[in-house]
Amino acid sequence: MSEPKPKKVDLNRRGMPKQLPEVRRHNFNEVALGYPVKIAVEEAERCLQCKKPKCVLKCPVEIDIPGFIKSISDRNFTAGARILKQKNCLPAVCGRVCPQEEQCEEACVLLKKGGQIAIGRLERFLADWEAGQGELEMPKISPFTGRKVAVVGGGPAGLTVAGDLIKLGHQVTIFEALHEMGGVLTYGIPEFRLPKAIVNREVDYLKKLGVKVVKDFVVGKTRTVESILEEFDAVFIGSGAGLPWFMKIPGENLNGVYSANEYLTRMNLMKGFLFPRFNTPIKNHKRVAVIGGGNVAMDCARVALRLGAETRIVYRRSRKELPARLEEIENAEEEGVVFDFLTLPIKYAGDENGWVKEIECLRMKLGEPDSSGRRRPIPIEGSEFTLPMDAVICAIGNSPNPLISAVTPGLEVGKWGNIVADEETGKTSMERVWAGGDVVTGAATVILAMGAGRKAARSIHEYLSSL
Amino acid sequence: MFRLITNQMIVPNIHLLTLEAPAVARQMKPGQFVILRAEEDGERIPISVSDWDAEKGTVTVMVMNVGITTDRLASLETGISIPTVVGPLGNPTKIEKFGTVLCLGGCYGIGSIFPIARALKEKNNRVFTVIEARSSYLFYWEEKLRKVSDRIVHITRDGTKGYRGHVGRLPEIIKSFQEPVNRIIINGCTFLLKRGSDVSRPLGIETVVSLNPIMIDGTGMCGVCRVTVGSTTKFACVDGPDFDGHQVDWAELLQRRKTYMKEEVIPHRTSRCEEHARKS
Ligand SMILES: Cc1cc2nc3c(=O)[nH]c(=O)nc-3n(C[C@H](O)[C@H](O)[C@H](O)COP(=O)(O)OP(=O)(O)OC[C@H]3O[C@@H](n4cnc5c(N)ncnc54)[C@H](O)[C@@H]3O)c2cc1C
Repeated sequence: MSEPKPKKVDLNRRGMPKQLPEVRRHNFNEVALGYPVKIAVEEAERCLQCKKPKCVLKCPVEIDIPGFIKSISDRNFTAGARILKQKNCLPAVCGRVCPQEEQCEEACVLLKKGGQIAIGRLERFLADWEAGQGELEMPKISPFTGRKVAVVGGGPAGLTVAGDLIKLGHQVTIFEALHEMGGVLTYGIPEFRLPKAIVNREVDYLKKLGVKVVKDFVVGKTRTVESILEEFDAVFIGSGAGLPWFMKIPGENLNGVYSANEYLTRMNLMKGFLFPRFNTPIKNHKRVAVIGGGNVAMDCARVALRLGAETRIVYRRSRKELPARLEEIENAEEEGVVFDFLTLPIKYAGDENGWVKEIECLRMKLGEPDSSGRRRPIPIEGSEFTLPMDAVICAIGNSPNPLISAVTPGLEVGKWGNIVADEETGKTSMERVWAGGDVVTGAATVILAMGAGRKAARSIHEYLSSL
Repeated sequence: MFRLITNQMIVPNIHLLTLEAPAVARQMKPGQFVILRAEEDGERIPISVSDWDAEKGTVTVMVMNVGITTDRLASLETGISIPTVVGPLGNPTKIEKFGTVLCLGGCYGIGSIFPIARALKEKNNRVFTVIEARSSYLFYWEEKLRKVSDRIVHITRDGTKGYRGHVGRLPEIIKSFQEPVNRIIINGCTFLLKRGSDVSRPLGIETVVSLNPIMIDGTGMCGVCRVTVGSTTKFACVDGPDFDGHQVDWAELLQRRKTYMKEEVIPHRTSRCEEHARKS
């Protein structure tokens, strides 16, 4: 037998089919359609299977990336799904919304040649394939330890903690303030980017593992953390960063000026896009401006566009500084969202009924880099101009909600209202209380929230085992 | 799920609903509210709480039938469960020994002022309760209120009971007490809150109003309930619902409350015969 020829490196990163822009801008169906089996296998075969894979080091939950990719090229999808699930309890979610370009894919050795492996798309492929097989494989659950853990918040951080601890044999109850689980995955990220069926599937899976779910329960109001500690051995707080920021400029309380949270909640959680079938009143605005340049701003703009509005993103720096994922910026552009770069709103003016009718803006130019490393926007004097508008969505950021910390005296909070927790263990200043995710870091990412949840679960388990 | 134990139209268009919500009832304090959903996929609406029983685990609210959701709530049969009763939300009304307190309630506020009056009485305040309605047949809970009040005064627009007119008569009523009032607390529709604050301002009496703007989550997440108080923006759900009535920007609040009038009320105000015909 002759030596196998060294494989020629294939740099052709396989594209993923998408709905066409002119079609998808009129519907709420998922934009990206996922790899068909054949393409997934081709993409997986490109992986060099590095001996010391750098991609794994850049993954906040340390997924065995070459491992699951190998399973795809071997067409052993069951094994691949199992590898994924060892480290990631929400692969279908992460495969869709993780910023792979700054994590695993950035570390791929093929990046230099422009052919980095589409790790996110492969992750999504496996997760979707598994879901298509009907019954999900149930993991082994350790015998009941007699210990009880309360998890506050049903977002990615809380779900991860719950998943990890239930498998280790602890009893887990999630308390969620809203009437649906999933946190931002449910009320924030729109259907066309993350179908709610996927989030529900993951939550159902946890329920099948035995996680108890109590919705419509606001910790701090319905019951304090202290009182919960009387019944449970440990508490994990993963309440997210849900407090919306406004710009504090004149006219911000006019009708038609929304926070991104309000707008997205009305659309997602309250299924506003189906009004009047579902009863949340929404407006059919003709001209909508979204203030901000992050993922949240892109999501708002693309929702507004789908509701038929002429939609603009108003951002004070230039395209290069946009914090949103490139993929989402391109999607928004293709769909027809207009970008007003180097533009700062300074005032909203209203009509006689108190509805916003125009935004007064200033043109900006870029100066020296600021502490974030991005060039600082500087107003150009005398450059005021107005944009006529009948709705404005303010998507400039969120911070952690002080609702829990305000009534939990022993809990140390930082200057942004974030709960202070140890980076490695998630331990807070309060005994038997852990925290993680956006409530600790401020608004970040799904995978970082999950990573924090994983570490906290480990620490909680250690504590419970020591009792 | 939260079981509906009582649904009684207590006066025309106001429904007394008692719901099983033990965790909520255990924590409830005067002046707080809950958020309800009448059905899956229904909208979330904030409702002031009029009474509760921590032992039985029940919460009682007065629902005025004005929109799609309140209409659904009003027509629910007892024994049915509704998907959401979450709370208690907002800060409790400040209850201390103030001296003499005037509690003013109108429409659903006749109910929600009751636990406030009761708590004030327990703190040994003199409690004067003023209730306001379009006509005398719209009063309810008078007996309950009488038990926790030193005096009870009625205002009706048609003069069928007590003073004729609206809260503009408040200064006269206060004068008739012949003793100083140290604090006024108002629960009811935005118009009542505003007018009450307007007429109490010249009297220099601290006036607390319980605001009721549109809300979604009720925990500070959406920001739809923003109100300007003094010159700062507050979220009524977490910073309130009680605010100093002399500091509230009423024009803005009234305008914000109208935001969804067109979509909500128009379908509601029609007979909807068509829809019924289609269903049957
Ligand atoms: C519109 C939008 C788009 C985004 N897009 C992306 C993306 O593409 N990729 C990405 O990686 N990240 C994205 N993010 C960020 C990401 O969603 C968050 O970082 C992540 O969800 C944080 O997870 P978490 O579990 O910490 O908090 P959350 O997801 O915020 O969940 C917190 C949960 O706690 C509940 N809660 C809050 N207070 C209480 C209480 N007192 N009692 C009980 N429950 C409570 C909340 O209702 C919520 O369900 C986006 C965020 C938004 C808003």
